[in-house]
Amino acid sequence: MRIASMKRGIHPPENKETALTPIKYFFPRNGAEMVYPMLQHIGAPCQPTVEVGDYVEVGQKVGDCAAAVSSPVHATVSGPVRDIRTVITPTGRRCVAVVMENDGKYRDHPACNQPVDYIQLPREKILAHIRECGIVGMGGAGFPTHVKLNPPPEKKIDTVIVNAAECEPYLTNDHRVMLEEPKRIMLGLEILLHLFPEARGVIAVENNKPDAIELLGKMIESPKVTVMAVKTRYPQGAEKQLIQTCMKREVPSGGFPMDVGCIVQNVDTVIALHRAFHRGRPLMRKIMTIAGGAVNNPGNYKVRFGMSYRDIIEAIGGLKCDPYKIIIGGPMMGVSHYTFDIPVIKTSSAFLLFTEKESKVHPERACFRCGKCVEHCPVGLMPLELNKFAIADHYDRFRDYNGLDCIECGCCSYICPAKRHLTQSISTIRRELLAARS
Amino acid sequence: MEQPRYIVTTTPHIRSRDSIERTMLFVLIALAPAAVLGVVFFGVRALFIILISVTSAVCFEALYQKLARKPVTVTDGSAVVTGLLLALILPPGLPLWMPVVGAFAAIVLVKQLFGGLGHNFLNPALAARAMLMAAYALPMTVSFTAPRTAPDATASATPLMLLESGEFTPAGADFLASFLGNVGGSIGETSAVALLAGGVFLLATKVISWHIPVSFIASAAVFTALFHPEGFSGEVVGYHMLAGGLILGAFFMATDYPTSPVTPLGKILFGVGCGVITMVIRLYGGFPEGVAYAILLMNLTVPLIDRYIRPHVLGKRAKAGQP
Repeated sequence: MRIASMKRGIHPPENKETALTPIKYFFPRNGAEMVYPMLQHIGAPCQPTVEVGDYVEVGQKVGDCAAAVSSPVHATVSGPVRDIRTVITPTGRRCVAVVMENDGKYRDHPACNQPVDYIQLPREKILAHIRECGIVGMGGAGFPTHVKLNPPPEKKIDTVIVNAAECEPYLTNDHRVMLEEPKRIMLGLEILLHLFPEARGVIAVENNKPDAIELLGKMIESPKVTVMAVKTRYPQGAEKQLIQTCMKREVPSGGFPMDVGCIVQNVDTVIALHRAFHRGRPLMRKIMTIAGGAVNNPGNYKVRFGMSYRDIIEAIGGLKCDPYKIIIGGPMMGVSHYTFDIPVIKTSSAFLLFTEKESKVHPERACFRCGKCVEHCPVGLMPLELNKFAIADHYDRFRDYNGLDCIECGCCSYICPAKRHLTQSISTIRRELLAARS
Repeated sequence: MEQPRYIVTTTPHIRSRDSIERTMLFVLIALAPAAVLGVVFFGVRALFIILISVTSAVCFEALYQKLARKPVTVTDGSAVVTGLLLALILPPGLPLWMPVVGAFAAIVLVKQLFGGLGHNFLNPALAARAMLMAAYALPMTVSFTAPRTAPDATASATPLMLLESGEFTPAGADFLASFLGNVGGSIGETSAVALLAGGVFLLATKVISWHIPVSFIASAAVFTALFHPEGFSGEVVGYHMLAGGLILGAFFMATDYPTSPVTPLGKILFGVGCGVITMVIRLYGGFPEGVAYAILLMNLTVPLIDRYIRPHVLGKRAKAGQP
C-alpha cells in the first residue's frame, strides 16, 4: 500500500537517538528562582493575579486575562512571590513575569487535583475548564486550546487529527510519550471526540516510529479512532500539510483547518486535556528533548514551566563542552539564544546545544537558479524569486508571488546549495507586511 | 565570570551538504566519460583543446574578477565546467588559439558582464560556440576530423553534414558506431553511451531532473517522425537522436541552471521548445545541426516562462473562509 505523504518538503538526517531512552523526571532545585512570563501563548498577555510577598501553591493561578484569546498561567512550585519584573521569553519577546522562589515543599493548591467528569458537563463548561487549566497548543505555536476547540457552529468538524508526526530532526518527545503514555492519549482523544460527536479521530504518526504506530494501534478501543502512518517528511507536522496528507484536503490560503472540517491537536496537548479532566491538573510541565553534541546526557525530560535553562543543564548532568549555539525548539524552526537565563514556557519544545561543528555558519553565495527551493517548498512558492523581491523591497511583487503564504519551515534555506538566507529574508518581509496589515 | 558568547542566527539551524562546488563536481564527473572517449577517438589534439579551453576559462574568470575588484570565485568550479563544455562542442581539428577566444566570449562577455554565476541569460558555452561559428565559419566547419579508430579515416564530415548534403542516408548507417561515438563530430558529442551514462549519473544524484532531457529528446523524436520530408522511418528517427549534439545538449546544455526554467512544467515547455526548434533547423534549415541555436533561442524565453508558469500554491484554489 502506498503510504500517505505531503507534497515536496525535505528529509534531513533524523538524529533521533534520544528516542531509545525513557523519559526522565526531575524537580527544580530548592531555592531556585522560578519565572512565569505572562505571555506564553498566542493572544492577549495575562496580568499577574498575585503580589510580591504572597505565598503561592502548586497549580495556583499567577496570571490571567479576561480577553477571549488568552490563557492563564499557573505556578508549578510552591513558595513566595519574590518579584514581578520584565523578562525575555524563549520566543524572544519581552513581557512581565511573576518570579517565585521554590520552597521545595510542592504544596498543592486546593483547586488542583479535582477530576472533572466531562460527560456530565455542557460544552461551555468543558471549554471553560480547558481555559482554566491554561491549556495551549503544545506543538510550538501556543494557540489557546479552548479557542481552537470552539469553532463557529456553521463549521462542521468531521475529523479530529492528533498530530504525532514529529517531523523535526532531533525531537523525540512525542515519540516517547506515545510509547509510555498511550492510554492517556486515548483518554484525551475521547474528550475531543465528546466535544465533536460527529467527528472521527485520526492519530497521524510518521513511519519512522513503527513501535509507536503498533502500540497505539493495539490500544484503540473506539471504532471511530484510527492510527495513520504517514511518510517521514519535513514539515509534515505543520497543520495544513498534515491535513493535506491525511485528508487530501487543502486548507484555503489565509483560512484555518476548521474551514475543511478538521481540528488538529498536538499529541502532548491531548495528554494535557487528559490530565486536566481525569486528574484535575492545570498545564504545568512539558516533555522536552534535550540533545546536541554539547550535552552529557541527551534524552527526554519532564520539565516544569518556570525553570531556567541554566538549572535544567545542571539537573541533567551538565555539558561536555561549551556549546556554540543554544536553540530552543527544533533545528528547523527553533529560536537560537545568547543566554541560558531564560525560563521554560508552554511553547518551549526541544532544547538543543550544538558544538562548534554543528553550528557551522555558511557564507551566502550567488543564486544559480538550480530551482531546488521551488522543488522542495511545501507550500508551492518560488523562494528564489521571493528572496530577490525581499532584498529589493518589492512588496507588491512579493505579495503577487504569494509570499504571505510562507510557513517559514526553512526547507528552502536547508536545501539551497548556495546557502542563501531564503527563509530569513522572506520571513522578515512577510512579518513586516503582516504587521502593517493588522 | 565572563559571559560566553554564543552564535545566534535565524532558522533553520541545519543545512544540507549540497553546495555549488558539489554540483559542479558532479557535472564534471558526469562529463568525464564523454571527454575521455573524445580523447580516445580524436587523439591528443582533442586533449589539448580541452586543456586550453578549461585553463583559459578559469584564467579569464579570475582575471576579470580581479580587475573588476570582485571576490575571486574560480574555486567554485563553474568556470571549469563552462570551459569543458565549450571544448566538448568544438571540432577536434580546430586551431589551438580558437578555444581561448571562445572561453573569453563565454566567461567575460556572456557570464561576467551580466553579473557572474547565475546571472547569465544565455548558456555561456553555447553562446561562445555560436560566436566562433559566426566569426570563424570556415575553420569551425572543416575542422571535423574522423576518429582515429574509424574504418575510413579519411572522411572529415559529421554524419549530420552528410545527411544535409544528401551524401548519406541513415538506412545503411552503423548504429553501433554512432552509439559508441566512433563517428565524426565535436569532441564530446559523438558518444551517446558516454553521455547517457553521465546523464543517468546526474539524474541519480538529483543534480538535474528528468523534465528537460526527456521532453527535449522525445519532442525531437516525435517531430522527426511526423514531419520528416521523406516521411516516417524508424531508422531516420533513431539516427537523428544519436547523431550530433542532441544528447549532449539535452542532458548538459539545456539543463544549465541559470538559463533554464525552475518549475517542472516550465522545464517541460522549455524542453519541447528546444526539441522542436532543433529539428526544424536540422530538417528545414540551412545548417546541418540545430541543437545550439535551439537552446540559445529557448534560453531567451526563460524569464517569460518563469513569470507565467508558477507552481500551485497550497490553498489558493479554494476560497479563504472566515475564522
